[in-house]
Amino acid sequence: MEQKTTEKIIKKYNCDRHEVLEMLLDIQEKEKYLPRETLDYVSERLDMQPAKLYHLATFYEALSLKPAGRCQVNVCTGTACHVRGAVKILDELEYQLGIKPGEVTSDYNFGLKTVNCVGACALGPLVLVNGEYQGDMTAHKVEKIIKENTDHEDEERKQA
Amino acid sequence: MNRLTSVSELNRLHKDTAAKRGPEKPTITICQGTGCKAYASQEVYKSLEKEIASRGLTEKIGLRGTGCHGFCEQGPMVVIFPEEICYCRVKPEDISEIIEKTVLEKKVIDRLLFKDPVNGERISRESDIPFYKYQNRLIFGKNRLIDPQDIQDYIAIDGYKVMANILAESTPEEVLEQVKKANLRGRGGAGFPAGIKWETTRNAPGNEKCVIVNADEGDPGAYMDRSLLEGNPHLILEGLIIGAYAIGAEEGIIFLRQEYPLALENINLAIKQAQEYGLLGKDILGTGFNFDVRIKRSAGAFVTGESSALVTAIEGNAGEPRPKHLNTAISGVWGRPSNINNVETWANVPVIMDKGVDWYKSIGSKNNPGTKVFSLVGKVNNTGLIEVPLGTPLKTIIYDIGGGIKDGKKFKAVQTGGPSGGCIPEQYLDMPVDFDQLNQIGSMMGSGGMIVMDETSCMVDVARYFMKFLKEESCGKCTSCREGIHMMFNILEAITEGKGHDEDLKLLEDLAWTTENTSLCALGKTASNPVLSTLKYFREEYEAHIKDKRCPAGICRELITYAIDQDKCNGCGRCQKLCSHEAIEGKKKSPLSINTDICTRCGVCLEVCRFSALVVQ
Repeated sequence: MEQKTTEKIIKKYNCDRHEVLEMLLDIQEKEKYLPRETLDYVSERLDMQPAKLYHLATFYEALSLKPAGRCQVNVCTGTACHVRGAVKILDELEYQLGIKPGEVTSDYNFGLKTVNCVGACALGPLVLVNGEYQGDMTAHKVEKIIKENTDHEDEERKQA
Repeated sequence: MNRLTSVSELNRLHKDTAAKRGPEKPTITICQGTGCKAYASQEVYKSLEKEIASRGLTEKIGLRGTGCHGFCEQGPMVVIFPEEICYCRVKPEDISEIIEKTVLEKKVIDRLLFKDPVNGERISRESDIPFYKYQNRLIFGKNRLIDPQDIQDYIAIDGYKVMANILAESTPEEVLEQVKKANLRGRGGAGFPAGIKWETTRNAPGNEKCVIVNADEGDPGAYMDRSLLEGNPHLILEGLIIGAYAIGAEEGIIFLRQEYPLALENINLAIKQAQEYGLLGKDILGTGFNFDVRIKRSAGAFVTGESSALVTAIEGNAGEPRPKHLNTAISGVWGRPSNINNVETWANVPVIMDKGVDWYKSIGSKNNPGTKVFSLVGKVNNTGLIEVPLGTPLKTIIYDIGGGIKDGKKFKAVQTGGPSGGCIPEQYLDMPVDFDQLNQIGSMMGSGGMIVMDETSCMVDVARYFMKFLKEESCGKCTSCREGIHMMFNILEAITEGKGHDEDLKLLEDLAWTTENTSLCALGKTASNPVLSTLKYFREEYEAHIKDKRCPAGICRELITYAIDQDKCNGCGRCQKLCSHEAIEGKKKSPLSINTDICTRCGVCLEVCRFSALVVQ
């Protein structure tokens, strides 16, 4: 993240240490993760120890130190989705993408995560593809999601 | 809009906005809650807008995008007033017919009506649908009448009237007395009387007091707070202002889960509009009362729903709970006395103050007045958000409102209270559901999740699931919670993999006791409920896993195998094509078989087989 953008976010919250979580959430929203140099900059500007920021970044689910995939697939593993078979969907995604939850494919095309209930239980089991809700999921619909979201131009470039 | 400076100005606005709406004017409402949006209700809204405009009917027909109606499974839901005709699962291509037939010719389109899963009957009026018929929607019911993004809609249905009258005519002590008398119990979980909490904060030393809305709804399987915030944000603000007045607070904070983008958008907008209208800010409606609200986002940790952890999170720290002798009502955010209630509790306040204590107490059961919103989900026919008087029997909720168990299967248990709650077996179906009854049988109310399970749900797996959840969400401060839950999870996982031992059950009970009695906050104190309740009511299922290495529900993967019934399989090859592990063998058009060495029991074949030929053994 450019320093200018980070500075803007810090100023938005009056450089107030108590607002550090809001700042981190804003950075996360923009960059989809917390880049190291940005954290260093925030730590310097707020006069907070980097360890404190890393504590926050690793404590909270919404903050991440790793870059996200271009297509982020979040599987809801809330109770309602669990009893309706979320595990099967997660397993199928893990198998087809070859990654575990919290990881990103080596080409950065896909990121996989589990989330604890997104509050749309009546539609369960569901996954969020780049924030879009896809309800009534089944394991065999997984292939379609992957196909639809694969960057085909990228694939062609690779093959060429 | 000019700032309202007196109660009479607000009253005038009530009259004007109500007249503009006109009760007889044909109005089409469409749910724009998150549930319906996932079923493309925005596209339906756009088609409605286009169709009405192209027919030149903009003046004659009202169109309103509303908050969640609760019956999410049937979305997108369209309700046409004044007849209250309700159409389910509406698609953009149905719109022209709806306008033509229903709105203009007053005819009902049969195929779009709700079809009762029990008897196949089509029902036209929304309130006649069994899902709604047995409910009493005091808090949640207004969602369907208003556009949550328009403050005038809320004002038109007498919104902010109660608050205005209180600020002008009642003393804070009178309000406090009413809430205490009404015995409003906190809807966030433990059911602590809100009036007593309010009084503690009011009497606490210090001039700068704070009221907080706990909207960090983290219980998996519960989403009522989200739908209230999305569907009727002004109701929560009105309750909060009344509470702030009674407590003597000038600052309000809404602590909202960041996973709820629409709720954030709507509550943000509501605050902005209320500020513009002079319903928040300095000298509200010329009464001299100052109060303003801001939002803090929760960065996603289950434990920050606990009051003291919530306070540490608002202050910008990792949300770890504090020792209990520091009462947040006396010393909360930045050391100020802070009164924390959850979303639904605040939403109850305007209703109580409007209709009166006696009326409120006439609803619900002894010591448990009022209604409660539950999210009725899992293996039940009608899923969604429901609101019933406290004390309503479980059976009414699951069978009358929920329409019974899906696919004609047998009821096994209902899980209430989220990860702090327990599983309630069939023998308690007649039990009235309220705070005290649930506690008595080893579960709890929690925020109101009700996850129904049938014979294909494995109770050991459910206990393992909750331990996994809590193991990840324990903040790690108390050793007993951090390690105890971890150990319980390891044991449960071993049992579900067929590696359990006879002595495991005793060890689980010991660990549960220790975690419960030596942890600081409610997360640890109640963490063992899912284990203890399943052990109490479903012990034989644990024993089947340990002794017979068998999962009776057919869920635990290490203990089951898939097979194809040779009589039922016609060799259509659908499963073979879709099996990504290539575990299905045989030639097309003759019965296939499964190579159990390769099969991972992923379940795809079971899902896609049209002839029920897949058997789980």
